[in-house]
Amino acid sequence: MASTMIRTSGLTRHFTVKKRTVEAVRGLDLNVEEGELVALLGPNGAGKSTTLRMLTTLLRPTSGTAEVAGRDVTRDPRGVRSRIGYIGQGNGAGHSQRARDELLSQGRAYGMTVAAARARADELVDSLDLGAVADRVVSSLSGGQRRRLDIAMGLIHAPELLFLDEPSTGLDPQNRANLAEHVRRLRAEHGTTMVLTTHYLEEADQLAERVVVIDHGRVIADDTPARLKAAHAGDRIDLEFDHEHDAERAEARALGIAEGAETKRTGTRLEIRIDGGAQLTPKLLRGFDEAHIPVASVEVARPTLDDVFLNLTGRSLREEITGADSRERAA
Amino acid sequence: MTTFATDTATVFSRELRPVLRDPFSVIFSMLQPLLFLALFAPLLPDTGDGSALQWFVPGIVVMSCLFGTSATGANLLFEIQTGSHERMLVSPLSRPALIVGRALKEIVPMFAQAVIIVLVTIPFGFELHVGGALVALVILALFCVGLGSLSYTLALAARNKEWTFWAVQQTLLFPLLLLAGILLPIDNAPEWLRVASHLNPLTYVVDAERALFNGELVSATVGYGLLAAAVVGVLGLWIGTKVMRRASA
Repeated sequence: MASTMIRTSGLTRHFTVKKRTVEAVRGLDLNVEEGELVALLGPNGAGKSTTLRMLTTLLRPTSGTAEVAGRDVTRDPRGVRSRIGYIGQGNGAGHSQRARDELLSQGRAYGMTVAAARARADELVDSLDLGAVADRVVSSLSGGQRRRLDIAMGLIHAPELLFLDEPSTGLDPQNRANLAEHVRRLRAEHGTTMVLTTHYLEEADQLAERVVVIDHGRVIADDTPARLKAAHAGDRIDLEFDHEHDAERAEARALGIAEGAETKRTGTRLEIRIDGGAQLTPKLLRGFDEAHIPVASVEVARPTLDDVFLNLTGRSLREEITGADSRERAA
Repeated sequence: MTTFATDTATVFSRELRPVLRDPFSVIFSMLQPLLFLALFAPLLPDTGDGSALQWFVPGIVVMSCLFGTSATGANLLFEIQTGSHERMLVSPLSRPALIVGRALKEIVPMFAQAVIIVLVTIPFGFELHVGGALVALVILALFCVGLGSLSYTLALAARNKEWTFWAVQQTLLFPLLLLAGILLPIDNAPEWLRVASHLNPLTYVVDAERALFNGELVSATVGYGLLAAAVVGVLGLWIGTKVMRRASA
């Protein structure tokens, strides 16, 4: 029987910034079962990294409790630490160290014998394709190689639960795909429970079996990507007409054909949101044809997690991220 | 399950490994003391019996330890910035071991540098008393561990502000060095300077080093030096351990 890997109750963290209290995480209740692959998704500052830092004992909760791998993060942090793996945002390996040396000392840190650490390091060097660089100094490794080394270090003790904090930030598309493949393989071969934070919608969508959407320190949605999209965002049909009055007539007609559709008209454009949009489109087009409304173009978009976020918060996650990134660059 | 001792050994050998892989780094980091030796020693008064060199060389050994060890926190600072310190904080390594292991490693380059300085100066007439020199290095090791620990503490406190670390390190380094009478004797200094010198624990360590390197094994000077070094060692480790515990709580 699967056991619960993470159980939090009212997990809360406040920070004091310039005498003001910032509630980074507010009363988080989260259960993760053995073998789950969960993504914490949210904009920058939503509280997902703070949550992860509490779960990995890097930060003490202000209130509430968290049990990770059967140990309480406050009462038995060492018990938690020895059972989890962690791949942080930065480089886990010291830049002046050689890659293999770091793998060995990481193994020793988790109480492995020298022989066991050596054997395991060899295994990981092979499976993560680090053979060519294992005996080089970390600072001479490329970004992708360092990331693979980080993964190897996080896995040295074969943890039952692995945390990944923004694992693909700063990776090019190829290395991102590479990382996703490793995560999937880990899941398939070892059944490792994994919790990752991300603000990449595609990553959460493609990788995770369960997405926990966090905003302003609270969980606002928690389900599989498919069910989240079904529940919170329909398909989007984008139609373009030659004339504005065509668009007007089409809107009225569409509402007659597709019950419960949401429509939005801007000039000659008409946007229709509805479940099963792909199936409905032929019917709609026939309807427009019968009413002699010429359609210039049509496009059907499947909902994304961004649509889910937009629906839940009224804000676009994609815009929040680009906005936050440019603010960070400006700062 | 690991213990404090095995954890300390893990951290210690991790810190030491880059030094062993690249032994020239030890010489590179003692460039300044070697320069002082080359450019300052010729200015020493010719006492005829070589006593000036006997006085000067133990000071340079201490200086070499002071320069290298006080700057060692920069390594931790860098690891805080890159993320490898965080990775170690998530590991079950004991918190005190994270600083004790690092501080203990300082003994190794200190020892290597002392040997180099002595070997370089023997051809110029420096007279080595092996027994005394070994005791001198034990005392210096205690001091080194404390100072290293304080340097790491400074790195933990400065965190992402690299300039804070260097500003504090540089501001403390030179007064400490000059007031200990490493380059010039304090004996004829004005009263206020002598008082300041007596408040500097390093003064006692330097005096003890001079006595020991000259073969004087048992004396009050040596006793005071041992005491000062032990106080710095214990105090440094205590503060370092406290700050490291808090950094990850």
